[in-house]
Amino acid sequence: MSPEDGSNLLESDAASVSFKETELTLGLPGESSTVDSDHKKYSGESETDVQNMAKPPAAKAQVVGWPPVRAYRKNAMKGCKYVKVAVDGAPYLRKVDLEMYSSYQQLLNALQDMFSCSNFTIRNYLNERAVTNQEVNNGVEYVPIYEDKDGDWMMLGDVPWKMFVESCKRLRLMKSSEAIGFAPRTPSKCSSSN
Amino acid sequence: MNYFPDEVLEHIFDFVTSQRDRNSVSQVCKPWYKIESSSRQKVFVGNCYAISPERVIERFPGLKSITLKGKPHFADFNLVPPDWGGFVYPWIEAFARNNLGLEELKLKRMIISDECLELISRSFANFKSLVLVSCEGFSTDGLAAIASNCSFLRELDLQENDVEDHRGHWLSCFPDTCTSLVSLNFACLKGDVNLAALERLVARSPNLRSLRLNHAVPLDILQKILMRAPHLVDLGVGSYVHDPDSETYNKLVTALQKCKSVRSLSGFLEAAPQCLSAFHLICPNLTSLNLSYAPGIHGTELRKLIRHCRKLQRLWILDCIGDEGLEVVASTCKDLQEIRVFPSDPFVGNAAVTEVGLVALSSGCPKLHSILYFCQQMTNAALITVAKNRPNFTRFRLCILDPTKPDAVTNQPLDEGFGAIVHSCKGLRRLSMSGRLTDKVFLYIGMYAEQLEMISIAFAGDTDKGMQYLLNGCKKLRKLEIRDCPFGNAALLMDVGKYETMRSLWMSSCNVTLGGCKSLAKKMPMLNVEIINETDQMDISADDRQKAEKMFLYRTLAGRRKDAPEFVWTL
Repeated sequence: MSPEDGSNLLESDAASVSFKETELTLGLPGESSTVDSDHKKYSGESETDVQNMAKPPAAKAQVVGWPPVRAYRKNAMKGCKYVKVAVDGAPYLRKVDLEMYSSYQQLLNALQDMFSCSNFTIRNYLNERAVTNQEVNNGVEYVPIYEDKDGDWMMLGDVPWKMFVESCKRLRLMKSSEAIGFAPRTPSKCSSSN
Repeated sequence: MNYFPDEVLEHIFDFVTSQRDRNSVSQVCKPWYKIESSSRQKVFVGNCYAISPERVIERFPGLKSITLKGKPHFADFNLVPPDWGGFVYPWIEAFARNNLGLEELKLKRMIISDECLELISRSFANFKSLVLVSCEGFSTDGLAAIASNCSFLRELDLQENDVEDHRGHWLSCFPDTCTSLVSLNFACLKGDVNLAALERLVARSPNLRSLRLNHAVPLDILQKILMRAPHLVDLGVGSYVHDPDSETYNKLVTALQKCKSVRSLSGFLEAAPQCLSAFHLICPNLTSLNLSYAPGIHGTELRKLIRHCRKLQRLWILDCIGDEGLEVVASTCKDLQEIRVFPSDPFVGNAAVTEVGLVALSSGCPKLHSILYFCQQMTNAALITVAKNRPNFTRFRLCILDPTKPDAVTNQPLDEGFGAIVHSCKGLRRLSMSGRLTDKVFLYIGMYAEQLEMISIAFAGDTDKGMQYLLNGCKKLRKLEIRDCPFGNAALLMDVGKYETMRSLWMSSCNVTLGGCKSLAKKMPMLNVEIINETDQMDISADDRQKAEKMFLYRTLAGRRKDAPEFVWTL
């Protein structure tokens, strides 16, 4: 779950109203990304930036619980942001530090690793092949959603990554069978439920 | 003394305030036990699963004040799953059911729900003090219930809690009749607060002495508050961003000139460093300064500020102060008793202080007895000097950000350095170590650290012998926490009786196996041996040779807990 794993830059474009561009992609490393140059401009990041931004040195920095600084204190300081992750049906929560990642792709990879027990798949909107694979496996498919700073539950990927890190209060991986009401949406502030 | 009437004994016992002394009193004889029980008002429970609330109530029917602790200490560092447990509800429910006159509640690392806060606010007519430290599970709605219903509230102290902030106007829920507040700390709340309500509350609280604001309280409001409450002793500044030439700033300076009683200063969650000089006025009186949540204040401003703080006894600070800044502390703060230096960047390799700062503190501050020090590197020579300079350390916690880094000069393990610390500091009660360490350091600790009560160990030792040395010595050890050390069953099972004398033992990523833990649990029915099976990859009935990745054990009179989540197995 090294942050350098995800090689695709998956920022979505806040100015865009096209659903397709706000969707998450789970392409294989090296596959061409669906991102266009406009939205790199918007998010102020280029692919090289992302690589440079990856936290150094990954292997050491990721020892859980080291250095022994309270998670609360880490959150209060710049450079760390822990949020809880709930998975429907799983008996336990986890915490992830969003600042460890620099794109949705890296976060999803990490979540995939974290809950890799049993047949676990996170919904991937563009890569139909992956969905078919997991259907064959009879695994449960999950849709990642998050609660934003206004208390609304939103689909992961509705705003550029940095805005998401600012806004996200917690994450939930919802069983896709229950996620009918959620669709990838434009960021033009239409809230999920109310 | 037995010819004294009970009332006289009870009166004498009233003067015995420390928990430990009360415990000793209760062990003298049966009549003393009875009198002590019926008259004790303050109770401390270090592990909420070690005893049932019913038993506490039965023994101390006059209880008015209780401190409860929940999750293991390593939960602070994200090593315990968030929903492990530590619920306070059963306690509150039992107190309410038995009509206890609870007045003070202090919780650490526990889960407290809004319903529970509501129940507290409605069940105890004289409720006065709520202190929550590193707790979670509640929102500002629960705080609103406390504010609305506890007419005699004196203290609401929220330290480092994870609070759901509904931007409710919880502060405006204090009724106009509420004038009893002495202490209010909401620095950990993330959301907005009702500033007008805050001002009114301060204005009608003549006894307010401690006020710690969150980042949503801006400078102009701070200035108005200080005008209304010049008698504050403890001030936590929220947001401190302003232009030093502005009118607001000038007003603040005027307000601060009247705040002659401030002794403790903290906060500055967002700070414009050039404005700090306004506080130089009150620095000469400060005994406590906490700038460890003020990443915006850099080395130069820190050093300027510190030069004015000659009476400091307690200093919490970020490592951006640098070794140079610590030398200023050492030459300025001759009364300093406690210092904590936190990393401003928790990533390995970025710490800004070294052995130089530590040595300076040890030689400059003769009263220093408690330290927490996050540093870049350490040497044996420095630790030996520190041990010689300050044999009065009771708490010594050293964290080298790279946890297995050897002596920065000789490349040797740090055994001799820590050995010197335990050898010199005869009163040492708490120790945390890091850096490369072999079994030898545990030999020293077992041999010399006679008063040691709590020790945290990470990435240290070579064999089972390390842990065995520790358990063989350290007769007063109460809490032992170990992570990523090669200690296995032989060490765990060497002296199982020892664990009944201790509060708890945590071992994660060590070499103990499921079988080892099972056999310990079987031998010791008074212990709860819990396995935290987070990854779902272990099978309780399968191979006993599999490693127990996370094990937590504690003595208990209450038997196995009933609220354990599925991933916690009590063996």
